[in-house]
Amino acid sequence: MNSLESQIIGTWTLLKKELLRFWRVAFQTVAAPVISGILYLLIFSHVLDGRIEVYDGVPYMAFLIPGLIMMSLLQNAFSNSSSSLIQAKVMGNIVFLLLTPLSYLQLYFSLLVASIARGIFVGICIFFISIFYIDLPIENPFIVFLFAFLGGGLMGSFGIIAGVWAERFDQMAAFGNFVIMPLSMLSGVFYSIHSLSPFWQKVSHLNPFFYMIDGFRYGFFGQSDTSPYLSLLIVTLFFIILAFITIRMLKSGYKLRG
Amino acid sequence: MKKAIEFKSVKKNYKQLKAVDGISLTVEQGEFFGLLGPNGAGKSTMINMLAGLVRPSSGSINVMGFDVLKDYQNARHSVGIVPQELVFDPFFNVREMLRFQAGYFGKGKSNDEWIDEIIGRLDLTDKKSTNMRMLSGGMKRRALIAQALVHRPPVIVLDEPTAGVDVELRQRLWAFIKELNKEGHTIILTTHYLEEAETLCNRVGMMRSGKLVALDTTKNLLKKFAAKNLKLRLNLDKKNGSPLSLAGIQYSLSDDWFTFELKKISDVASIIDKLKQKNIEILDMETVDPDLENVFLKLTRKKV
Repeated sequence: MNSLESQIIGTWTLLKKELLRFWRVAFQTVAAPVISGILYLLIFSHVLDGRIEVYDGVPYMAFLIPGLIMMSLLQNAFSNSSSSLIQAKVMGNIVFLLLTPLSYLQLYFSLLVASIARGIFVGICIFFISIFYIDLPIENPFIVFLFAFLGGGLMGSFGIIAGVWAERFDQMAAFGNFVIMPLSMLSGVFYSIHSLSPFWQKVSHLNPFFYMIDGFRYGFFGQSDTSPYLSLLIVTLFFIILAFITIRMLKSGYKLRG
Repeated sequence: MKKAIEFKSVKKNYKQLKAVDGISLTVEQGEFFGLLGPNGAGKSTMINMLAGLVRPSSGSINVMGFDVLKDYQNARHSVGIVPQELVFDPFFNVREMLRFQAGYFGKGKSNDEWIDEIIGRLDLTDKKSTNMRMLSGGMKRRALIAQALVHRPPVIVLDEPTAGVDVELRQRLWAFIKELNKEGHTIILTTHYLEEAETLCNRVGMMRSGKLVALDTTKNLLKKFAAKNLKLRLNLDKKNGSPLSLAGIQYSLSDDWFTFELKKISDVASIIDKLKQKNIEILDMETVDPDLENVFLKLTRKKV
């Protein structure tokens, strides 16, 4: 009754639905973050380009672009899974998923891949618009993709945790405003943490967003604030921890099944 | 033959509240079973446990022989649930929603023919490309029923499916559900429309405070608990006390009609005799057949 084929169809169906869900409102889910990213780019580069050179031979505008791409990728990966779950819970249509034979692993996989897809899609859009303004080198495309994938996966998992935990839209907004936004803004998107005082450098090292952005930027310039291996290790570790928590939550039916 | 549904000593506690208190219940394949009870009796908890939305505190539940917890995937393949609330996904149209729901159950494109058939049978053909948000309440209700059927489950559970539905649509829905039952589907129904349960269900379970207070065929319940009633309109000044009570006759009064419960048909003569003795004139008279509402009220009002 529940053959492998039927499980593959079930997983693919949920993934397709999740992808369509954000694509149907692409103006809000893709165009809006791309425009925000481009506005950041134009304003900061207008004010600071030519005045600051963070890495040797890298203009400020070029430095800024990978950070903005990664910040948007992370925020949108989080938004995708969290908004899907909170909307379904508040509107009550989560029941359509809970009544099905889909396992917790199928749910996790589909929600996760859709989140990564939306994050990477928004990131690619910002990248292609940015290269109209400046030549952007990609030193190591594999590292770029690896950090994009891990960062998207980490934030997609975090979005599922938030979506399962939150019961109201204001609780979800609090997650975005008081956790995601400060952590992403203070992660070295707009500056190198070497420009900070030793105390704030240490604080920045406690921020997982810093490693995601720094490692991603390394893929473009071959230069970074900290070792890319350390970044890879920390990001992978965080991804595994969040994936474990998410899977445990979905398996136990926490806040989903009475 | 496997039982369609089997609850074995099922309990569900919410802290101090015993929502379901040790219920054992079996529904055979092909039955049209009604689960009745006042609000808060535990009907929805029973259905939510059957659907896997709520986990029982103790006991076990099987659907077509599959345990809803240990073998949840096969159990969920075997049951289609029509939820009470009019919930929907606002991003998609009717057909898309049905295809997604079928896909979750592992049904691919080969199932599209069945989806179109359900759409047709529920008169949703004109609305199949309409976004769920744009449908009327009745249409949404039909779409919910269609959603529960997309994976061809042998057991169909309808939780208050006609709540808020107009009379014409209600009749059409019942005709459709009767057809499904004739085709071999087991139907479990909760409803507040007792006359519908009486007309449709072969067997009825009545719940009160988490317990099953009656479980029998509809016919037997009517025989056991519902007496025929005698209704009289009397030339009686109600302001001057109640000579009927003095005469030792139990009755209820509604819209000038006095209703007397008949334990046996010969009670009619004795009531009329007593009224004659008190010089009370009978203006009008009728007898009323027993109905499930009487049984329901008797069983669910006790000790409340």
